[in-house]
Amino acid sequence: MKFLISMHINPAVMDALTDEEKTALGVGHGAFIEELTKSGELIVTQALVDPSQAAVVTVRDGRTAVTDGPFLEAKEYLGGFYLVDCEDRDRAVELAGRIPDAAIEGLGVEVRQVMFSAGPLDA
Amino acid sequence: MTGPAVEDLLRELTPQVLGVLVRRYRQFEGCEDAVQEAALAAAVQWPAEGVPDNPRGWLTTVASRRLIDRLRSDHARRAREAALAAEAPPQEVPDTDDTLLLLFLCCHPTLTAASQTALTLRAVGGLTTAEIARAFLVPEATMAARISRAKQRIRASGSSFDLPGGAARAERLGVVLHVLYLIFNEGYTASSGSELLRSDLAREAVRLTRAVHAQLPEDSEVTGLLALMLLTHARREARTTATGDLVPLDQQDRTGWDRALIDEGTALAAAALAGPALGPYQLQAAIAATHADAATAEQTDWAQVHALYLVLERIAPNPMVTLNRAVALAETEGPASGLALLATLDGDPRLAGHHRLLSVRAHLLERLGDPVGARDHYRRAARATAGLAEQRYLDARARRLGPR
Repeated sequence: MKFLISMHINPAVMDALTDEEKTALGVGHGAFIEELTKSGELIVTQALVDPSQAAVVTVRDGRTAVTDGPFLEAKEYLGGFYLVDCEDRDRAVELAGRIPDAAIEGLGVEVRQVMFSAGPLDA
Repeated sequence: MTGPAVEDLLRELTPQVLGVLVRRYRQFEGCEDAVQEAALAAAVQWPAEGVPDNPRGWLTTVASRRLIDRLRSDHARRAREAALAAEAPPQEVPDTDDTLLLLFLCCHPTLTAASQTALTLRAVGGLTTAEIARAFLVPEATMAARISRAKQRIRASGSSFDLPGGAARAERLGVVLHVLYLIFNEGYTASSGSELLRSDLAREAVRLTRAVHAQLPEDSEVTGLLALMLLTHARREARTTATGDLVPLDQQDRTGWDRALIDEGTALAAAALAGPALGPYQLQAAIAATHADAATAEQTDWAQVHALYLVLERIAPNPMVTLNRAVALAETEGPASGLALLATLDGDPRLAGHHRLLSVRAHLLERLGDPVGARDHYRRAARATAGLAEQRYLDARARRLGPR
């Protein structure tokens, strides 16, 4: 079963982390990716740039407008995701719990099952 | 011989050759790699140079040579080399228990169900890693990692490479049947991806279950599982419209069912039921046979279906079985009785928010004359499912009952 484990970051929380904490976060993700690759459960993971770099695109009456900034005025933004193929929902939740973000106050890790897939499988 | 014909031949022969090698050299990982290499060589050579007189012998010899080459180059195993190399390959090896031996190895209890499934398809089904990855809609690298880890795990567990006896054998056979059942379901309940590859998977599960049945014709659960698969597989054409929409059992065009498969499945289901002990696969096969027996949905012997679910509920209690019994009960005693039985499942966390519970309740509410409640449940069921075809079906049912 495929699940998207998405990581919701709060830029203010990220900024407040110490250098050691940031390093630990990176190392934690590295180890997590290595383990997931070995177990054959990782399909792909991507990290997104800071929401301040986002562009919002709208098409109205055939005219395309591009404006700055994230679409939602929120404290938390999508920071990246893991797409995994694992045994069941319990396993996906267990994996999500091992992502270092899950242990940091103010960051959120969400698990949702994939409903439809397309595109090259060697993504 | 053409490429596809060679592929079919290889799919049939590689598991046999693997069985011979595992039996002889008593290691799985190395043998599996060697057989894959030999199969690859054959896939290149045979279409061009012709298939050798004894293709199985050819594959066995080439795979043995590869394995020995590998062991020879492996310094740590130098000591074993002489013994292995000295062992002359016998001309003809009986393949009596090889399929079972391989299935039992692939369904090793230390592996997860996902790994058991992948390994079974590769080692016993003869599918390539790429084919298995495509069928499960994951990248080949992901599937390759899973298979190689599964092989390492079998090695680390120090498997005996012998068919277990007595109770252990029965227990392991249960795992094997469950894995075959999972492979079939993966192919049967295609929710996304290439329809074609998925039905290949169902066909493969049928083929493998036939192989187990050929070796254990007396086992009623094996017979029952094969019957269940054939009776279900027989309906595949009638299950969806040309545009891929789901057609529920009561609306299927029964002339579209595969008669030959139904006759074979029905005979097997009857044979399974005559066995000494009743098991869940036999009962599910009997239920499928009862449905297949009816010329129209209205003529279904619902009393018998209900009775069979009642027995199934007793020997293998499971909320999904109770849910199915509620459907049968609604047919014999009316929707109110069905809803009353469903109400007993409300506190079960295994079914909480499950789309099947919601959609059955929606159907029964609709029949009871409560369109508002039915529409609400169809919508909730549609949101709860991860299957697109199912979602389209449930949304359409909701729409039929009126606007939001």
